[in-house]
Amino acid sequence: MNWHEKSLTELSNALSAKEISSVELTQYFLGRMARSKEFNAYLDVQEDFSLRDARAADQKIARGEAGPLTGIPIAHKDVFVTKDWKSTAASKMLENFLSPYDARVVELLGTNGAGMVCLGKTNMDEFAMGSSNENSAYGAALNPWNTSYVSGGSSGGSAVAVAAGLTPIATGTDTGGSIRQPAAFCGITGIKPTYGSVSRYGMIAYASSLDQAGPMGKSAKDCALILNAISGHDPRDSTSLRKGAMDYQGLIGKPWSTPGGLPLQDLRIGVPEEYFAQGLQEEVRNSVQEALKKFEELGATCIAVSLPKTKLSIPVYYVLAPAEASSNLSRYDGVRYGFRAKEYKDLNQMYERSRSEGFGAEVKRRILIGTYVLSQGYYDAYYLQAQKIRRIIAEDFQAAFTKCDVLMGPVAPQAAWKVGEKSKDPVEMYLEDIYTLSPNLAGLPAMSIPCGMSQQGLPIGLQIIGNYFSEAKMLQIADQFQQNSSWHQLAPTNSGVKK
Amino acid sequence: MTRSNWEVVIGLETHAQLKTNSKIFSGASIAFGAEPNIQACPVDLALPGTLPVLNEEAVNHAIRFGLAIGSKIAPTSIFARKNYFYPDLPKGYQISQFELPVVIGGKIAIEVEGVKKEIQLTRAHLEEDAGKSLHDDFVGLHGEKSSGIDLNRAGTPLLEIVTDPVMRSAAEAVAYAKELHALVMWIGICDGNMQEGSFRCDANVSVRPIGQQEFGTRCEIKNLNSFKFLEEAIQYEVQRQIELIEDGGVVKQETRLYDPDRQETRSMRSKEDAQDYRYFPDPDLLPLHITQDMIMHIQANMPALPSTLRNLWQTSYGLSDYDASLLTQSKSTADYFIELLTLIQEDLVKPAANMMSGDLASALNRDGREASEAPLRPSHLAQILQRIQDGTISNKIAKDIFATLWERGTSGVLDDLGVVDALIEEKGLKQISDVGAIEKIIDQVLLDNPKSVEEYRSGKEKAFNSLVGQIMKASKGKANPSQVNQILKEKLSN
Amino acid sequence: MNIEEINHLAKLSGLELDPHQTKQVSKELENILNLVAELQSIDTTGVEPLFHPIALIEQLSQALRVDIVSEDNNRTNNMLSAPVSHKGLYLVPKVIE
Repeated sequence: MNWHEKSLTELSNALSAKEISSVELTQYFLGRMARSKEFNAYLDVQEDFSLRDARAADQKIARGEAGPLTGIPIAHKDVFVTKDWKSTAASKMLENFLSPYDARVVELLGTNGAGMVCLGKTNMDEFAMGSSNENSAYGAALNPWNTSYVSGGSSGGSAVAVAAGLTPIATGTDTGGSIRQPAAFCGITGIKPTYGSVSRYGMIAYASSLDQAGPMGKSAKDCALILNAISGHDPRDSTSLRKGAMDYQGLIGKPWSTPGGLPLQDLRIGVPEEYFAQGLQEEVRNSVQEALKKFEELGATCIAVSLPKTKLSIPVYYVLAPAEASSNLSRYDGVRYGFRAKEYKDLNQMYERSRSEGFGAEVKRRILIGTYVLSQGYYDAYYLQAQKIRRIIAEDFQAAFTKCDVLMGPVAPQAAWKVGEKSKDPVEMYLEDIYTLSPNLAGLPAMSIPCGMSQQGLPIGLQIIGNYFSEAKMLQIADQFQQNSSWHQLAPTNSGVKK
Repeated sequence: MTRSNWEVVIGLETHAQLKTNSKIFSGASIAFGAEPNIQACPVDLALPGTLPVLNEEAVNHAIRFGLAIGSKIAPTSIFARKNYFYPDLPKGYQISQFELPVVIGGKIAIEVEGVKKEIQLTRAHLEEDAGKSLHDDFVGLHGEKSSGIDLNRAGTPLLEIVTDPVMRSAAEAVAYAKELHALVMWIGICDGNMQEGSFRCDANVSVRPIGQQEFGTRCEIKNLNSFKFLEEAIQYEVQRQIELIEDGGVVKQETRLYDPDRQETRSMRSKEDAQDYRYFPDPDLLPLHITQDMIMHIQANMPALPSTLRNLWQTSYGLSDYDASLLTQSKSTADYFIELLTLIQEDLVKPAANMMSGDLASALNRDGREASEAPLRPSHLAQILQRIQDGTISNKIAKDIFATLWERGTSGVLDDLGVVDALIEEKGLKQISDVGAIEKIIDQVLLDNPKSVEEYRSGKEKAFNSLVGQIMKASKGKANPSQVNQILKEKLSN
Repeated sequence: MNIEEINHLAKLSGLELDPHQTKQVSKELENILNLVAELQSIDTTGVEPLFHPIALIEQLSQALRVDIVSEDNNRTNNMLSAPVSHKGLYLVPKVIE
């Protein structure tokens, strides 16, 4: 049985029907993981702990106390701290770090929560800074469709693990596109919810006002299940919103307006003209436009809208994110935990050497830029100015949403590039983020679903951006697309693309 | 002396540790004296993934302070990160407040050698304390001299209170510091324990020629934790600056520490000189909104301030300045007096004030106790005062009763009601006011002391007192003194 | 940025750059600063900064935590990853005041 092809609901049913136990299911995935190390998707695997959690889940199932996720394996991005697995954020700085507590997201999904079984911690760009997973201190995660190509980042490992069938589903985080872009590059589905929906407690911080956790899986349906389990107020995170419980699955399968008509009748899809301007590769444009046609077939109407500050989102993001990061990463000093240099002659040198040796090049670049834009004389012109333009960008979205229900466009200007192709000039990679940065700045929910393949045989993703708290609608819309197309069902194998 | 040409300009920044159970941004305890790092939780240690959540009592204390000094309480205030590296600062930044503090303005009245002055405050804001570096001889991995870092204190809530540069002498600075110290303890926001570091002053000191408008360059003297050191440090620094300038030098803006052994200030190795703190609003915290409701609720539960009480008691009961000050020296004393007032009639108020500043104050001082810890409660004092007033006991006997009950109360608890009467009964302490009885005693004493009688009749006034003494002794102190005086005089004049 | 500025920036950032790196980093930072320079030309008069994205649609207020001690002594676990420690203290090269 190809358990890695099953949906979460199918797995849950199989577990209840005793077709398979959680232990067996876990062993199945652990086996696949052991045979697929070349993708470098996982940074830490602890089979004993996984099986321990699987046994606990089996007991729950036997007692008839199982929920929809009990006993199902999951992989966690190494940005979430865990007591039983290492938590490195793919950095040398934390190579030996053992967290005394579990992240909120991990708690909610684990044995004392939804009862899922952690398969291990997945690879990522160091401290979530990057768009290709090449910034990992432990080697890049490789795209399972073609290992000469990047997986995307920063949640590369999670995307790879899902795409290669090394886990049914995974968690990721998204600060500027880090769930959506690797999901697009690896041909899977991923969603970044509204800022504040999911607790950041236990998520190693990169940029506090932009970071948000979300699921990465094979379908919108699967993502909805996870989102239900991980969202909600956490008093330990002051930025966690105090909203009532939301049911992200609630609209899946329902028609957009009138029952009996076309499923997405009356859905207005805003298509930002700036997302289709110069720089967008032909193949991506074509795939996205094909997808939009499909939506129209399902009853939706596409409307041209404008997000005038789209290009400005790049400088705004690359001022704000590094600024917050430069401060968030100041705690890594080798005093209480983390990497401490071997040679130093005094306190200052201990700090400087530990940090310089512990952090990779991209992290150091962003810390320097961040320090710069916050420093005396530059704060107003850079940091404050960026926060003001951020408001303008957020208001542009609100203006667009008066004309449409959701926005759609490409996730990235191109499909995955070759490993090493863009490593020479950091700025080249920053420019690739153009379509994904704005929703983070505005705090809006955004997701990626597979919508095509490039000539090279690499996946292309469609981005859906919704208004605040409209994730249920976005998942509904995405699911309708997935019910009426099969891009999301493609999976890589060694011998080519297989349905 | 050239000193007289110079004007001294001083501003004080005080860090008061707020009296809460837990830290300002985490749920760890702030109790003093624990084993190292026992009270440092993941948030305090800045472990990866941890986040701050604001302690409501710290906010309440800030509001209390703002109300007590008549300041404006900001409806919106923002927490900002102050970024710098130091081992006692786990996050590599301190969460503080920068552009929008919680308290703005306000004033505190002081008096120096009879001259009253109002010290204007600039602001007060909430922030977290850092941990501690212990500089004992620890040895690191490579044999290097090491410091030990204890983060129990990291995250303790602080209120940083800043004055305008309006003080003009070390005496004014100390007077202000003492008033502020008394105030924060009075309103219950700080325990004022300077030894434990609950109340620390930094002094900003500069000098300028008299008449000059611009301020001179100032130096900051940090972490003065006694009023004595505050005074000495300022005096030294003023002298140092004046001498430096008069010798043709220039005062360098810097941070200095006071060395109490050498009694001098010295430049601090630049931890903070020319630091760029890169303040920005902390993205992990939301704006603090303080509503009128919150303020009114706190106001309603604020104790009356010492100055309010002093005025009230002087006006209502005619108490002297001196008595009123003594009674408002601490909240504990004032609370005691307030309770006592509810138990006595108006004509006993002055005697009550006297008893508190006399017998009670001495006993408390001797035993090192606060009024709230006195074994004699206001109800006991009320009983004693009433029995003096109704003639049951004399003032002298009252003192004995006070002492006896104090001792009994120290080793056990005293009943509230009737314990004074019970003691009077028990020891037969009732004042003898019966004329016949007194006459009997006097007659006997006169018989037994013919020499004194002779001496009195030959003009020695002292002999009268000696006879009184004998009479009191014979009556075991219980004879009504004024009656003794009167009757003795009569008998001797016959 | 000249060498002095880069070195000052590195110091503020708690980083050490050797001379070879300084040149490289200088160039990279230059490029990034060129990228973000565009921000200067935007007129933001009258626009308030948006520090918290959701503040766009609703007033956000910091929640207040009840003042109780909720953390037990967990020193051993918390110090699991301490690089150098002694009798419950973290050790660092001597701090000179």
